[in-house]
Amino acid sequence: MGNNNSQSIHLKKEILARIIEAFFSDNFEERTRLIPYDMRPKGADVPYRCCIYKERAILKERVKAGLGFALEDDIEYKLLSEYAKEAVKREKVDENPLTVLDAACAGCVPSRIYVTDLCKGCVARPCQAACKFGAIEMVDGKSKIDGSKCKSCKMCMNACPYNAIVKLAVPCEDACPVGAIQKDENGITRIDFEQCISCGKCVAACPFGAVHEKSQIIDILKYIKSGSKKVIAMVAPSIIGQLPGSIYQLKSAMKKAGFSEVFEVAQGADITTINEAKEFEERMENGAPFMTTSCCAGYNQFVKKHLPEIKEFRSTTGTPLYYIAEIVKKQYPDAITVFVSPCVAKRKESMENPNVDYVMTYEELGALFIAKRIEITECEEDKFETESSKQGRNFGVTSGVADAVKSVCKNPEEVKPYIISGLTKETAKDLKKFAKDKSCPGCNLVEVMCCEGGCIGGNATINIPRVAKKELKTLLDESKDLERKE
Amino acid sequence: MAKVNVKICMGTTCFVMGASQLQELVDIVNKRYGEDVVVVGSTCLNYCTDNSEYSKAPYVRVNDTVIQEATIDKVLQEIDRKLKEDGK
Ligand code: FES
Repeated sequence: MGNNNSQSIHLKKEILARIIEAFFSDNFEERTRLIPYDMRPKGADVPYRCCIYKERAILKERVKAGLGFALEDDIEYKLLSEYAKEAVKREKVDENPLTVLDAACAGCVPSRIYVTDLCKGCVARPCQAACKFGAIEMVDGKSKIDGSKCKSCKMCMNACPYNAIVKLAVPCEDACPVGAIQKDENGITRIDFEQCISCGKCVAACPFGAVHEKSQIIDILKYIKSGSKKVIAMVAPSIIGQLPGSIYQLKSAMKKAGFSEVFEVAQGADITTINEAKEFEERMENGAPFMTTSCCAGYNQFVKKHLPEIKEFRSTTGTPLYYIAEIVKKQYPDAITVFVSPCVAKRKESMENPNVDYVMTYEELGALFIAKRIEITECEEDKFETESSKQGRNFGVTSGVADAVKSVCKNPEEVKPYIISGLTKETAKDLKKFAKDKSCPGCNLVEVMCCEGGCIGGNATINIPRVAKKELKTLLDESKDLERKE
Repeated sequence: MAKVNVKICMGTTCFVMGASQLQELVDIVNKRYGEDVVVVGSTCLNYCTDNSEYSKAPYVRVNDTVIQEATIDKVLQEIDRKLKEDGK
């Protein structure tokens, strides 16, 4: 999984950059209203839709999500300028971080079961007979499925002697590990927020870019623009390799963009590692069968909503973000704190942590640099107050957390990691089994990362994981090892 | 001497808008064309700086031709075109 370079992602970043540019201009509201027209001026090519009006209407929706609003409760006649005004006034961000753009979603298959050209239009019509919902009719001598009636039960599929009926993939449904996203009978996707663990897999999977994050950029940038409060950024370990230049150049680029100070969340990861190692040793001494890590926000939501049985085995150690945010808020009690994140799941964690005010994704940070015309590789190197360890900086790569914990345990050879690199329907089953059996055969430390490859595969990452890893390695080689002081 | 020189812009704008994904080109081109085609990364080529020209990023230059909103496919097509011209 991870990011890809589809058109919709290109559009999303362009829109974010335009919103930010508009925000720093002297007429935010009007310039925001004009974004769809600037992007598709009169006579412009219409690359994706039937006509320019439809295309602009969809762009308008995407701008709304970029301003942080839900797309489900659309008021069609409301102007983007009004939304822009409200975004600036908003005091609190929405609780559910994701929203679906119906108009883009409609481009995908309306129903999951589809009759192909192989249909012979046979007289017996076993498909029609098999369907309990009367969803199959004959059109031009061939079977056709009425999406509003079809319940995707696959009875017709099994009945067809020619194998002419197939099940089509709905990428978001297939990607969701917990079945929280589904197309309804009208072909429109809905997220069930009771079930949703905010892992962001649907965002990355949808080829139409129909699932959006509600951005908090305006909420953040308004403090930067007014200068009323210091805004402090905390960058996740997986940021390394996501943008050009070194992490130290990135730090000064971010200061140039308006942040007062920048901290590495890897510094918090160092605390997590030590505490988790101690906790692990204690649990093992007390005869626990295994312990799971606790730093992935998507996994934590999964435990809360779908697998409370495993909670007793999950480490109670705080996440790296938890520790660094505590340090930052203590040092700067009046500042606004922003976590710079590879994924949407951390939005949920941040809402539950009073020390983290907002979240900005890597994509949004990238858009900020574009809008502000900041060239990272031209910025000076600016070291961190506290340099993080090699282990902490490697937290965002699969097995990085387990390796870190192992490295500071008193008897490393007794740590037997089991690595879950990507929470899927299948790996979710494994976890359920561990919880039920109260055992993880042959292993005692279960590391769970929702995204394949770890945080570097998060839905809001920019670089290819393989390349990002290479960049990371260069930095790790010059970073010091984590030491455990008693 | 290489017949075709490909320059992928790795400036911040192009990188964010998709050049990061174009890094795969190095391997693909190497396998497909061997020494005839050379791919290098570059700092900002300065196409992105005017008005809203960032919307057309990432930029890639294949010899003298500038490709906007570059994708792996677009670049490969242009390389093929250039090699064909060269062959004539
Ligand atoms: S960053 Fe590519 S042209 Fe400027």
